[in-house]
This record gives sequence, structure tokens and C-alpha cells, in this order.
Amino acid sequence: MTKSFYGTVLSSPLMLGTAQYPSPDILRDAVKAAQPGVVTVSLRRESAGERAGQAFWDLIQELGVPVLPNTAGCHTVKEAVTTAHMAREVFGTDWVKLEVIGELDTLQPDVFGLVEAARILTDDGFKVFPYTTEDLVVAERLLAVGCEVLMPWGAPIGSGKGLNNVFGLRALRAHFPDVPLVVDAGIGVPSHAAQALELGYDAVLINTAVAKAGEPAVMAEAFRFAVQAGLLARQADPMEERDMAVPSTPVVGKAMLA
Amino acid sequence: MQIVVNDEVHEVSARTLAALIDELGYGGARIATAMDGSFVPVPYRARTVLRDGARIEIVAPMQGG
Repeated sequence: MTKSFYGTVLSSPLMLGTAQYPSPDILRDAVKAAQPGVVTVSLRRESAGERAGQAFWDLIQELGVPVLPNTAGCHTVKEAVTTAHMAREVFGTDWVKLEVIGELDTLQPDVFGLVEAARILTDDGFKVFPYTTEDLVVAERLLAVGCEVLMPWGAPIGSGKGLNNVFGLRALRAHFPDVPLVVDAGIGVPSHAAQALELGYDAVLINTAVAKAGEPAVMAEAFRFAVQAGLLARQADPMEERDMAVPSTPVVGKAMLA
Repeated sequence: MQIVVNDEVHEVSARTLAALIDELGYGGARIATAMDGSFVPVPYRARTVLRDGARIEIVAPMQGG
């Protein structure tokens, strides 16, 4: 069953980041090819002369895809909360992808700061999409402070390694069957995205895998099909794995030729 | 009065955050502001009085993952 994200059913289980593309035109082409349910966006310092932010805003408006602002690069609760407030005003949405980064090599979340920031923001009316790990206890805490969506990592941001801990992701899915779950970070190729959907995840968030592909728009289209394939496969109820072979061709009636 | 905007020092005559935004040429831009690490919403800019050495952050939409 398709789950809603804070009451909104997305048009696609693909969430697409807008960073690192070679040019705005290539970003535009990639978004059109991916047909994502949301695009993620951010905030950076603006120069009065260049007005780069205005040009990007115009592009986002033209694309007409709902936006999910992030707090990327924030390492403290205060930074993340202040950034979320600024994003709410600029983008006109109370959705926020909450990142509180705890470690530089892996960019893994500071889950203690994450829970605290999530509590402050949900109390203030934000609809928080927390970038977290697959840790069940942290997930419980995030839900307890008001999050209604969880976004565990597949692998470190930008690594392209796919789903590093399938067991952990499967456990999270089984533990919270009614919570919308999104694999965020680490997906490198469309098969990783399909795998996440096959595991029962409700969406995937991808950026580097598309932006850093040789042909971003072609890769974007590949991801569009991959998430649809994964979603259909999940709905079709996949067969159970077995350790031993079982013949698929009926043995009964086989000619005795030995 | 000297104000630090996005880590750059500016000598300005503005006395409020709203006036500073106009003086620096951001008028009409889709931006959000913070002073000394705290968010200042649009309705509060006109009544936010600057002090010498205040640290202002001015941000705008940007690509993100």
C-alpha cells in the first residue's frame, strides 16, 4: 500500500537531489527524466551582485516538483534548527530533511543531536524527515518526538555503495511496518534503488548517483524505471529464498532416457 | 558602523536589518536572514536594530542533496 508522507502521497517513490550537476540545463533534463516525487534543495550564502539563489529558485519553480529543503552541512542542533527556520521561510514549506552530521569521514548523523533537533522542530510545527541510521532505538526516539517519517542511510553519503546493512534495513522495515521509510544516501546504481523498494521501503533519495553519472539525464530515467520495478515487485510479493535447488520444470512425465 | 555580512566586513549607514538589506542591494531577493546566529524572520527585520560588529547571515535557495 502506498504510504503518505505527512498526509501527502508522492507521485513517485523517487526523491532526487539537485546538487553537483554539471550545469542548470543538465539538472533540468535530469529532473524531467527522473519524474521525482520531490526534489531536495538547500540554502547557501547569497551575494547581492550575483543573485545565484534567485536563478536556482526560478529553475525550481519552472520544474514544478515539490521541494524538500535540507539542513546539509549542519553539525550542531542550533545550526540545524536555525537553518530549518530559514528554509521554511525561503521555500514556503514546513517539510525539512533534517541532517545533523556527527563525523566527517562517513558523514554519519549525530543521532543524539538529531533527536534533540527533531524534538525542537516538530514542536515548532515542522514536518521532519530525519536523516538517520538503521538503529532501531534511535528510530523509536525519533518517532517519540514527533517524526512520522524515517530516512535511514544505505551507505555513507556520496559513496555509491548501495545498501550496506540489508539485515538492519529489513529489521527496521519489519519493526515499523506503518512508518514511511526512505533509504537516503549511498545508492549508486538503479539496482540499489530497486532493492530498497523490494525490501518494502517507501522511497529512495538519490543525488550523486545521477549528478555524477556520465549522462545524468539517462541515469535519471534509469532510476525512474528502477523504483517503479522495485515497487511493483514488492506489491507482487516476492518468492522466498531457499538454500537448495528446486526444479522449476516439472519432473513428472519426463522421458526415461538414461 | 561596521557590520559583518556573510563573513565580509561592510561599512554601512543602515540602522536596521531591513535597511541593511536594501543598502547592500538585496532588495526584492528571495533570502532569509540571521543575526548573531539567530534567525530573523521577514516581519522582524524592520525592528531588528543593528549594532557595531553584528554578524549577519544572508542565504538564498541553492542546490542540495
